[in-house]
Amino acid sequence: MSVLSLDPILSRRAEVQRIAEGSLRRRQRRSRIALALCVACILVALVPLVAVVAYTVERGAQSWSVDFFAHLPTPAGISGGGIWNSIVGSLIIDAIAAAAAVPLGFLIGLFLAQADGRIAGGIRFAADVLSGVPSITVGIFAYGVLVTTLHHFSAIAGSFGIGLIMLPVIIRSSETAIRTVPVDLSEAALSLGAKNATIARRVVLPAALPGLVTGMLLAVARGAGESAPLLFTAIGSQYLTLSPFQPMAAMPLTIYLDGIQAFSDLQRVAWGTGLLLVVIVLLLSITSRLVTSRLGRTRR
Amino acid sequence: MLAGAGLVFVALLVGFVVDLVVQARPAFAHFGVGFITGTQWNPVTGHYGALPFIVGTLETTLIAMVLAIPIGLGAALALSHLLPPRTRVVLGGAVELLAAIPSVVYGLWGLLVLAPFTRSVIEPAVAFVFGHAGPGSGAEIGIGLLLAGLILAIMVLPTMVAISRDVLAAVPADQVEGALALGATRGQVLWRVVVPHARAGLLGAVTLATGRALGETIAVTMVIGNTPAFAHSLFDTGATMSSIIANQFTEATEPFHLASLIAIAVLLLVVTALVNVAARLLVRSVGRSRAAIALA
Amino acid sequence: MRHRNVYGRAWVWRALGAGAVVAAVGLTPVASSGAGASVTSRAVSDSSALTLNGAGSTFDQPFFTLGFYEYHQKIDPSVTVNYASIGSGGGQGQIEANTVNFGATDVPMFSSDLAKATAGTIVQVPIDLGGEAISYNVKGLPQGLHLTGPVLAEIYLGQIANWDNSALKKLNPKVNFPNESITVVHRADGSGTSYAFTNYLADISSTWQSKVGVGKTVAWPVGVGGQGNEGVAGLVADTPGSIGYVELDYALKNHFTYFAMRNPMGAFVLPSKASVAADAALHPGVSPTNFKIDNLGHSKAAYPICTYSWLAIYQKQTNASAGTAMVDLFEWMTHGGQKYAGELDYVPLPSVVQATAEQALSTIVGPSGQKLLTKAAIAKYGVPSGK
Repeated sequence: MSVLSLDPILSRRAEVQRIAEGSLRRRQRRSRIALALCVACILVALVPLVAVVAYTVERGAQSWSVDFFAHLPTPAGISGGGIWNSIVGSLIIDAIAAAAAVPLGFLIGLFLAQADGRIAGGIRFAADVLSGVPSITVGIFAYGVLVTTLHHFSAIAGSFGIGLIMLPVIIRSSETAIRTVPVDLSEAALSLGAKNATIARRVVLPAALPGLVTGMLLAVARGAGESAPLLFTAIGSQYLTLSPFQPMAAMPLTIYLDGIQAFSDLQRVAWGTGLLLVVIVLLLSITSRLVTSRLGRTRR
Repeated sequence: MLAGAGLVFVALLVGFVVDLVVQARPAFAHFGVGFITGTQWNPVTGHYGALPFIVGTLETTLIAMVLAIPIGLGAALALSHLLPPRTRVVLGGAVELLAAIPSVVYGLWGLLVLAPFTRSVIEPAVAFVFGHAGPGSGAEIGIGLLLAGLILAIMVLPTMVAISRDVLAAVPADQVEGALALGATRGQVLWRVVVPHARAGLLGAVTLATGRALGETIAVTMVIGNTPAFAHSLFDTGATMSSIIANQFTEATEPFHLASLIAIAVLLLVVTALVNVAARLLVRSVGRSRAAIALA
Repeated sequence: MRHRNVYGRAWVWRALGAGAVVAAVGLTPVASSGAGASVTSRAVSDSSALTLNGAGSTFDQPFFTLGFYEYHQKIDPSVTVNYASIGSGGGQGQIEANTVNFGATDVPMFSSDLAKATAGTIVQVPIDLGGEAISYNVKGLPQGLHLTGPVLAEIYLGQIANWDNSALKKLNPKVNFPNESITVVHRADGSGTSYAFTNYLADISSTWQSKVGVGKTVAWPVGVGGQGNEGVAGLVADTPGSIGYVELDYALKNHFTYFAMRNPMGAFVLPSKASVAADAALHPGVSPTNFKIDNLGHSKAAYPICTYSWLAIYQKQTNASAGTAMVDLFEWMTHGGQKYAGELDYVPLPSVVQATAEQALSTIVGPSGQKLLTKAAIAKYGVPSGK
């Protein structure tokens, strides 16, 4: 080729290179801005978390004392009151709810993990729908089923509502946990002559236990924080009640009922209870996360 | 026995729906379509129209999603593609912990901490932007539509981030690497390759977050001001479908009052069920990924 | 992968099974003692302890909380009373559905409400008497500003929207009102306090009467709704520029500033024990069908916005011990217990009204028709209260 014909190619090449470099710089600048925005987004997303936890800790810790945990509430203006009845009440209500929801949820999860037909699909759909149901409608159902019929506000009506909220969480996490058990375990048991029920009971469930426990912890964390289902079922109490057939105090209820008051000592009780609830719920969530990661490690 | 458990569960749910529908029927029968389009909620005269609450629910959800979608998407992109691995785990875990905080604590914080801040800082800023007219008009008292939307945005953000992150992380590496090899910048890769690839799953995340926002009760009841009428600006107080039920349920003794409240509950149930199902279908279409499991 | 000895985990199942059996055994006595139509239960520890459940008026809540507490501490430790402060509407609804032992409501139940009762005739007993303070939270405004009913109606109608207005300035010429919009606070729930308030407004403003009317729940033209007296007080405390009506004790406990209302004799009167008592004295013969004590004339010292509060109890009690505990408790609450009402700035019931209460309580009978309020109980609990 002659020098004359190379020249336009070279100059065109130089021109293209120049444009590309300019474009590159522009695109890199834009890219950097976009990436910075994304990272900013996650920081922005964390600001409320930090704020909620910080305020709850700051204001809640002010009301924490031995009295606060050990005493019953006192009327506004009389000092020395506490939330002992709310703590016990939450324990009772959530325990009854879990006692009903956990076995039922396990069984349904086991069923879903093994069956795959239309019925299983329908049940899975139903569980999905239930998990999205607003908690206030669950409260209405519990009121209709257990309050008007027994002519009582009662803790057990509250447990019914909380149990309904826990159920989908347990179903879904049980199904997942059981599905992740390697199939060769149950096949080995089958080849040894074990029956299906035995395999389920002695092979699959023990192996899936960490995942099941995780699901239970998450469900309890979710149920313990719900207050809408308790608004017209357990309805709250100023006293320590142990009977599930009576109205009962509970921590989320106390937070709601005291938080909307103008009396500053009651607001302080609300913050203190809120801190306790947040601590419990975060502990349960973090524990379940640790169990899951330990599960992941042993499987690999 | 397993099938029995499944039957019990289905019977429970069917009973749930039937119980609500039966109790709500008088309202639908009496008011007809006018129940959904009626604008007056007046227990004294016996007129029950649910439109103010339907609109209130939609408005608070809209405000929440307008805030949560961009921030959630950006955070999810950061978590899935930008941050170093250990930071990813820590910050991702922190965002998921946001989801664990009980709704009533958000309501308490919103009422006692964010409301004064909204009144003194956020509402004047919004009023300035809108020129003290339209959405930015009216008395700035803190509680109201805007605050409810803000709290809802904070509450659905973890859902948005968690599902989006899983969906975005599931984009095959060869797509990303191919684009990089072609000379795209990281920003271009994310915006023009990753996000479009994960479109369906992201839509699912948005839908799921919307479902959560629609059904939220306690936090909204504590900060929205409980005025059973339309809100004409962001600073007005109003009511949502769930907050009006929480407020008036125990005292509904007038004819049709209780039935109307339960009718609202039925509407809410139908809407959230539809939205949830749509969301799960969208996310499942991305495959049996961590996202689908993470929907727990 | 390594197979662990999964058979070693059988203990998990044995433990769960044992736990379930223990739980079932433990819950059965509780279940058998609590279930049934009876609305009371015995606490597990003390065989003679009794829990009564009530719900309703938030107006009464400060008095009830203190009164029931003192009754439990000092008079009869075997009786504990749970009271759910859900508003008068809620109290009426729950007693109609028979989910509580007693309801409390600031406006008595009308015949249309009584017809909805599911367990028989309801007896209504006056239980306390108090005034409604019109509170305001505006920086710089002194306590006890003058206000008239018509101006108050205009504020609640939304016709006056700013603290800097001519009507208020005319009533309080020496006061500097800031340029701040008025945030009206009212009740979001069904409220007897609202009933008394709207009853007053309808009385002095024909515009209010025609536009809004009277009721436990009305279509408020403007304003923000609070849940219960507590919620209204909370909103007033947290919202600068707000105005709201609350039972006097709430205003005092929260150190609100409140208005001196003009009464029919033209005097501007602050709500207080004395002024509410003066108003009540103008109409001593109250009954569930004749209960309005707002805005009565003939006394310069009377505060115009006051109301009695009423208990709603089924006349025929299905559980004799619960019924007896209740009539004894309320006999005390309307007599000796009024001392605690006085401490909280309610007005102790006038003796005429105490007699009405006692008369109503003595009509309550047990399952076999026996009167539950015995002469001995009257002698023990019906000690007239001191002022």
